[in-house]
Amino acid sequence: MSDPFHEGAAAAKARKMRSWMIALGLIVFVLIVFAVTIAKVGASLGHGSV
Amino acid sequence: MTETSLSEFSPVAAAPAQWADFLALLKPRVMSLVVFTGLTGLVCADTPMNPFLAAVAVLCIAVGAGASGALNMAFDSDIDAIMRRTMNRPVAAGRISRADAAAFGGVLSAFAVMLMGLAVNYVAAGLLLFTIVFYALIYTVWLKRSTPQNIVIGGAAGALPPVIGWAAATGHTPLNAWLLFAIIFLWTPPHFWALALNTGGDYEKAGVPMMPVVKGAKSTRLQILIYSLIVTPLAVVPAFTGLGGVAYGVVSTAGGLGFIALAIRLFRSEAGEAPRAGPDGLYSVKPGAKQARDLFAYSIAYLFTLFLALLVEHGVKAFS
Repeated sequence: MSDPFHEGAAAAKARKMRSWMIALGLIVFVLIVFAVTIAKVGASLGHGSV
Repeated sequence: MTETSLSEFSPVAAAPAQWADFLALLKPRVMSLVVFTGLTGLVCADTPMNPFLAAVAVLCIAVGAGASGALNMAFDSDIDAIMRRTMNRPVAAGRISRADAAAFGGVLSAFAVMLMGLAVNYVAAGLLLFTIVFYALIYTVWLKRSTPQNIVIGGAAGALPPVIGWAAATGHTPLNAWLLFAIIFLWTPPHFWALALNTGGDYEKAGVPMMPVVKGAKSTRLQILIYSLIVTPLAVVPAFTGLGGVAYGVVSTAGGLGFIALAIRLFRSEAGEAPRAGPDGLYSVKPGAKQARDLFAYSIAYLFTLFLALLVEHGVKAFS
């Protein structure tokens, strides 16, 4: 089926863009959490507390 | 005002929501001022901080402020749809449902508070959570529709970002941080009431009990003058507490004198007496309300300049 939601081309395009932005947002969030963890662990190692 | 549930979709048949509509839910213009004041609080703390974690703290403040905006638009879509200044907002215009806006705001709030707690500290995260809840529930749901003191009390939410920034850097909130809070808190009434005097009868039409609607334009102009006479000397105080330097002292004194001059000019005018239709832009002058528009625009420049002076002074100190 080319239009399973019966939403029209414009609505499908808008939905696809929103989905991409959500995916991008989640990836950025995961990367930030990873980087924060590295920064915190790095700081703890520097202070000799880990 | 009509009561509608959050699960109800807007009755207006509109174009599908673009991702940019979700960005508009975050009120980018308000967000930029919040980020600026939050960053100033963080820098004024004069405490060395990992630059990446400082950036994350500012990001959390920005996302938290945006999430509050989304929650506000979800609940206030009935009011927004009536007022010319807000009728094109995504929920009011029917491009995003109230439920989607509320979910978007809720999820972003959770992410911002969680990340602040994880990356920075729990004091900053707690203050951020308090700010979001205060703005979304206390101000939006309760105060806005029930009292002419809505923006006076609700102004606490907009005044907290520098305290959050300070807490992010140090883990505590000293008196100087609360001094920044007090300046924004007391700046808010003259700022918003000047806007209300310039927006004609929109608030009255929407049933929002803003001060000019309840007490009239003359009383509002007097209260603007009183608040101006309180906030401008208070804004000079940081120059004597070690928070601001000579540049800040000069800027706050000169800027305050200009603020008072415009407040007196507004008090002696008849701005807001007979609201008439006019251009819709935020800074557009409505017929007979130029003095109110001028004070509104000046108040933004005034607050921006005060915080910029602090930011520059402490920034220079950090790099010297």
